[in-house]
Amino acid sequence: MTERVVVDLDRLTRRFGSFTAVDNISLDVYEGEIFGFLGANGAGKTTVIRMLCGLLLPTSGGGHVAGFDVLKQSEEIKKSIGYMSQKFSLYVDLTGRQNLEFYGAAYNLDRRTLADRMAVLTERLSLGEFIDRPAGSLPVGWRQRLSLAAALLHQPRILFLDEPTGGVDPVFRRTFWGLLYQLAEEGVTIFVTTHYMDEAEYCNRISIMHAGRIIEVGRPFDLVHSHGARNLEDMFINLIRAQETAGATN
Amino acid sequence: MSYLILDGLSKSYGRVPALREFSLSVERGDIFALVGPDGAGKTTALRIVCRLIDADSGGVWLDGHNLSERFDQLKSVLGYMPQTFSLYQDLSVEENLIFFGGLYGVTGEAYRTKRDYLYGFSNLGPFAKRRAGALSGGMKQKLALSCALMHDPELLILDEPTTGVDPLSRRQFWEVLLHLRSQGTTIVVSTPYMDEVARADHAAFMFGGRRLSIGAPADLAGQFEGHVFFLDREPSSQLVAQLNAIDGLSARRFGSALHLYIAKDQTPARFAGPLASLGVDISLLHTTPPSLEDRFIQLMEADG
Amino acid sequence: MQRIRFIARKELYHILRDPRSLLIVFAMPVLMTFLYGYAINMDIEHITLAIIDQDKTADSRDLTGRFYNSGYFDRPAVEPNLTDLAQVFRSGRAAAVLVIQPGLGAALMRREHVDLGLVVDGADASLGAAVQAYTTALVNQFQIDRLPMGTHPPGVFISRQVLYNPDLKSSHFFIPGLLGVILMTISALLTSITIAREKETGTLEQLLTTPVTPREILIGKLLPYVVIAFLDGALIVTFATLLFDVPFVGSHLMLLVFGFIYVATALSLGILISSVTKTQQVAMMLAQIATLLPAVMLSGFIFAIRNMPVPLQAISHIVPARYFVRIIRGIMLKGAGIEVLAVQAAALVGLMILFMFLAARKFSTRIG
Repeated sequence: MTERVVVDLDRLTRRFGSFTAVDNISLDVYEGEIFGFLGANGAGKTTVIRMLCGLLLPTSGGGHVAGFDVLKQSEEIKKSIGYMSQKFSLYVDLTGRQNLEFYGAAYNLDRRTLADRMAVLTERLSLGEFIDRPAGSLPVGWRQRLSLAAALLHQPRILFLDEPTGGVDPVFRRTFWGLLYQLAEEGVTIFVTTHYMDEAEYCNRISIMHAGRIIEVGRPFDLVHSHGARNLEDMFINLIRAQETAGATN
Repeated sequence: MSYLILDGLSKSYGRVPALREFSLSVERGDIFALVGPDGAGKTTALRIVCRLIDADSGGVWLDGHNLSERFDQLKSVLGYMPQTFSLYQDLSVEENLIFFGGLYGVTGEAYRTKRDYLYGFSNLGPFAKRRAGALSGGMKQKLALSCALMHDPELLILDEPTTGVDPLSRRQFWEVLLHLRSQGTTIVVSTPYMDEVARADHAAFMFGGRRLSIGAPADLAGQFEGHVFFLDREPSSQLVAQLNAIDGLSARRFGSALHLYIAKDQTPARFAGPLASLGVDISLLHTTPPSLEDRFIQLMEADG
Repeated sequence: MQRIRFIARKELYHILRDPRSLLIVFAMPVLMTFLYGYAINMDIEHITLAIIDQDKTADSRDLTGRFYNSGYFDRPAVEPNLTDLAQVFRSGRAAAVLVIQPGLGAALMRREHVDLGLVVDGADASLGAAVQAYTTALVNQFQIDRLPMGTHPPGVFISRQVLYNPDLKSSHFFIPGLLGVILMTISALLTSITIAREKETGTLEQLLTTPVTPREILIGKLLPYVVIAFLDGALIVTFATLLFDVPFVGSHLMLLVFGFIYVATALSLGILISSVTKTQQVAMMLAQIATLLPAVMLSGFIFAIRNMPVPLQAISHIVPARYFVRIIRGIMLKGAGIEVLAVQAAALVGLMILFMFLAARKFSTRIG
């Protein structure tokens, strides 16, 4: 993780009619950082991520992603980010290879580059023989690796992963995170949204959102200690409950 | 004799074995967690208990009775919540409750009392007329649990009831389970979340259709063979590789910190030299308790 | 017993809340009845006929008048160019051309043989056949009317009387058969979806762990469809008799009884299809192939079974609609009694037992 800020958000706000989904959030994320996005459902995480991916414009406030202005350069932002969704979104009846070729073409990669990158990714992610099997027939873990490969084809500087290791076995999770750590070292900044406290602990820093605001940011270990909690889950729950009580009495 | 016994259950789908001689016993009034990743066999085991599929071999005993032989009588003490939402999406919350209540003979005044009680802890009351399909994920789970509870089952079988649900809702869900347990209900719940195991009375690790370990949650992690150390320093992958190359030691990055694992009969002092040459000062290592995940992985690797 | 009530009520909710099933239950029968009753009319009338009268006598004008007053033929809208008959037909200006050569009147007076020229557009084969038939009839009548009072021409003539549908109105032919098609469709199509849907959405899994038995599930699910089938049946029979003047000569009770047997057969077929499919889509497709298609094509509803190739005739023996169409036409149009319909009735009951047996066997209390 470097000192360079690759994502900066300044009082970012998004309203839908009278509903404020994201309320004045400011955040700096460093290059090569693995940043965990936590919060209850409906807290605004998805909306923030959409803005970071260039899919949604903020109502007010602003920021930069990979050097591009959130307000004015969403197209450039889209080209610099990779996204891996929780639900398997590749084509189940195409093989891994065919899927990657398709996505490569979608990202406008020329044949040569695509072939090279596919070779590298296949090697790195140990896809091996799985790459020529229909994607739908792959076990969960391999599907996740394939999805990651597809998200990395265009060598994005920032990766968004939504629940990347839900339901996979612990050994696989460790290996997968080993890959993420390597990518982070190479300068890729990784955002992870997760409901798994275990997975949150794998991140460099985490933020916790509630009702559109970021109510806590920091290293998991530090947060647990500063809140005097037994573990991350207790800290999370106590924090959210405190917010809700405070909200109720207002 | 234990309340619920699964004895040597085996089940294959074609050539793929889903369960391999899987056994466990659950005491009355316990919360038992089945922990394992997708494909471990949790759903298969639970479905066999509910007689939705037949095992190739092995049997299930409930309260001393052979379940498959006496299932029609035993059905009424069983409450089941499958992994995917299985209530009627085009029926309202209330209509679903009435329907399932009716199937168990809970009607009229008995139904209303029960319903109000369930609304009490689920907070679904305000949504009584809403179509089940229009509920949020967390509310759907609560409704499914409510329907399973309409007839006051003795044994509750829950298949991954909290998957995909945020930590707060999960905590609330478990609070309900603990309350049920205090009233004598036996609960078997499967989950891929290690942290949920901590709240169960007993748990079993499952992987590849087999049971890797069984016991109280504290014991399970404690069975880890070896010592785990924590170093507050973000390691490069190069350092991790170098550490792993040291015989008797394994390492991995953990967030912005480092975990080191050594065998149980060793101490860090033994590795002081090699560690120092890599820039790791052993006096900065803190012991940290092994996690359930650590133990699970150890068992998986031993299983081969 | 109670549980059946709950299952039936739930099924009713599903039916009323699914736009697709509402369409099948209400819109389809009404639409089809109107379609077959009004729009699809196989009676051939208003044929455009161009008559070239080169004789121009009172006789030729009489003959011409008979054609256009018969109701079967119309004058062409635009006077066709009769020097190029091929073009006349290609352009569709006329479907037939009749040429009356000069000397018709004179020839009739002298009792000489005379030819009329008739050119017909054969592209539409049934039209061509109709034109020939009508023409022959009109010309024969023309001749008979010219005979002196009291004379009878020698030769063999046909004294024709059509029973049971004197005007040969196609609506009387179709609509009773339509009842068979619609009842089969509603019953089998809808029930084929219902169990497949519970499998697909996962609700069956939940249901099977409750005390409810397979018999209760099946009966409870079928009850609403039986009621709907009867309501739709009553609706169609009412339309038939009131709007289309289809006669109802026979016993209402008999129709009710056979209707019930037929619906039971169709429902069983639907359940059977549902039990062997995993998704609603496949169930619907299979239901259409196995029920709707044979009911329309192989039941005698439109096309006579006798005229079909032998393999299809063989298949039609296991199409319940085949027997029901005969039964209902017999009851409505002919007032037939059980003695006459015994064979059909027996076959229908036999099929009902067969399908019910298979459906019950196939319904599994296990998933996967």
